[in-house]
Amino acid sequence: MDFFHNLAIGFSTAFQLTNLVYAFIGCLLGTLIGVLPGLGPLATIAMLLPITYALTPEAALIMLAGIYYGAQYGGSTTAIVVNLPGESSSVVTTIDGYQMAKQGRAGVALATAAIGSFFAGTVATLAVAALAQPLAATALLFGPKEFFSLMILGLVVASVLSSGPFIEGIGMVVLGMLLSLIGTDINSGTQRFAFGIPQLFDGIDFVPLAMGIFGFAEIVRNLEPHGDISLVTQKIRNLFPTREDFRRMMPAIFRGTALGTILGVLPGGGAVLSSFASYTLEKKLSKHPEQFGKGAIEGVAGPESANNAGAQTSFIPLLTLGIPSNVVMALMVGAMTIHNIQPGPQVMTKNPTLFWGLIVSMWIGNLMLVILNLPLVGLWVKLLSIPYRYLFPAIMVFCSIGVFSINNGTFEVYEAALFCIFGYMLMKLDLPAAPLLLGLVLGPAIEENFRRAMVLSRGDGTVFLTSPLSGGLLAIAAIAVVLITLPAIRSKREEALKE
Amino acid sequence: MKNVTSRLTIRDRRAFVSGAFFLTVAVFFYAVALGYAPGTAARMGPGYFPRLLSIALAAIGLFVMAGAMRPSAELQRLRAWDLKGLLWVTGSVMLFAFLLYPLGFVISLFVLIMVSSKASPDFTWKGALANAAVLIVLCVGVFVYGLGLKFPVWPTLFN
Repeated sequence: MDFFHNLAIGFSTAFQLTNLVYAFIGCLLGTLIGVLPGLGPLATIAMLLPITYALTPEAALIMLAGIYYGAQYGGSTTAIVVNLPGESSSVVTTIDGYQMAKQGRAGVALATAAIGSFFAGTVATLAVAALAQPLAATALLFGPKEFFSLMILGLVVASVLSSGPFIEGIGMVVLGMLLSLIGTDINSGTQRFAFGIPQLFDGIDFVPLAMGIFGFAEIVRNLEPHGDISLVTQKIRNLFPTREDFRRMMPAIFRGTALGTILGVLPGGGAVLSSFASYTLEKKLSKHPEQFGKGAIEGVAGPESANNAGAQTSFIPLLTLGIPSNVVMALMVGAMTIHNIQPGPQVMTKNPTLFWGLIVSMWIGNLMLVILNLPLVGLWVKLLSIPYRYLFPAIMVFCSIGVFSINNGTFEVYEAALFCIFGYMLMKLDLPAAPLLLGLVLGPAIEENFRRAMVLSRGDGTVFLTSPLSGGLLAIAAIAVVLITLPAIRSKREEALKE
Repeated sequence: MKNVTSRLTIRDRRAFVSGAFFLTVAVFFYAVALGYAPGTAARMGPGYFPRLLSIALAAIGLFVMAGAMRPSAELQRLRAWDLKGLLWVTGSVMLFAFLLYPLGFVISLFVLIMVSSKASPDFTWKGALANAAVLIVLCVGVFVYGLGLKFPVWPTLFN
């Protein structure tokens, strides 16, 4: 069987001592930084990117994946213990997790999150392994018009999922695509929007933009006077869920895993959509919906499993089609290009040890996180008691060093500083940054495929609609738009995305 | 009369400014894109796609602005900026970039940490200096000696 043969390749790569060590360091550093309030997976990965430059491509990607899961996991810890979601996918965890913590059951909530995440991670790893090959084969059937439509679908879904009005999300996507035009036009060699600045000839780098918005601007916002952060300081004991807890969380974990595995594959989907959907589902199915919001264990178990499964399967579109389905995956594209790997269906055939090694190390990373986190949870919580006035200069130092080391130049540092002002303006206007970043990353590929498809159709734009596969993808995008503008669903979404 | 005026008021200032921002960016990009050859739909030049995107963004901007003036739009003001915090944070990063080559990693890090610390309402000299000492030792150890990143550690003036 191919499936087992591939997993075997993966295991032999992932279990090499050096790769195990890097997976471990990744998980550890990811958790360490992810636990800090205001730092989600994106900022964490961007900050730690320079550490991976010197490694082999395998080790670098394995470590980055570890950082990703670690940061996400750390975000859940913060959500439960301090009621602060590290990133949007742990927003729902704060609802019941923090209530559990207030009732002295923080340990149980953390253990539930760990068990759920590990189970979900295991299933999702198998799903990635099983689905990767057929999907990569489908990718070979894709021409320019299909790729164009698929990316449009991804961008529409990303805007639907962003906070605020849908139309503003789309505006941010277009804005991101306009920014992606800066640089050299590959077809004609013309410098566009570069204004004679040589550093702009290669375009705007994703990392300074992400750092400016998610690192620096976030710090400015956190420094504004607002309500005190309420820290649950009592000692965390009693990690072990009771038999009753187990009885209630297991079905939620199964459902969350299934939901996350499926939703994660969707372009634009991933962890956020999965955790919201799972919370809604658990509340609907529960015999005691009134306990939700007051410390229901299902409200932690379901979403935590779902977001972990979704985070993992969101690698599928990247690895098989070369399309990043969310902002973190977009950063992974950046990391892969640094190591001269072009994401897409050819990775699997050209670089099987890298591909399968990465997949298996996802599972290993999940295992390490359980071992790393449950006994050390007290340590992570202690980290939260460092005053913010010491913490944020440290974050700024790491961000600045990270940005500098992309090209060993100060231009990117200035860029990040300017994007800090830009990001702060976006926050004040409630404009979502995630669609902007995706637009920036996907922009060049969209233009390229659009132009190629139009050449092939001799300038006839209707081919996007008349070809079955491309038309189908656009139809799904249109349905998503129609659904989101329906009043009933709109209010539901606003309720769900409210922070 | 009252009806007419209320229809033309900007009820949602946040959305209105967002829309105006989209429109401004769109106009700017469109104007610059006029300098690039558009080509035809079948053979697009470098200017075709930028024009398309600018027009789309302008339309979105106008739509958002119009939405902000609907009688049913939510009443919203613009939110105040914390200019001081923004200045300390952005300024310290720019200073770091500016000082790195002439003065080296250690001194520019020191400036970055001290200046950014000023952004905090709880700033104390003692705390900031201690923080700087710890962070500089850590960063030089990890990034310069540990990872071998190419930083000029000390001022280039003395070399």
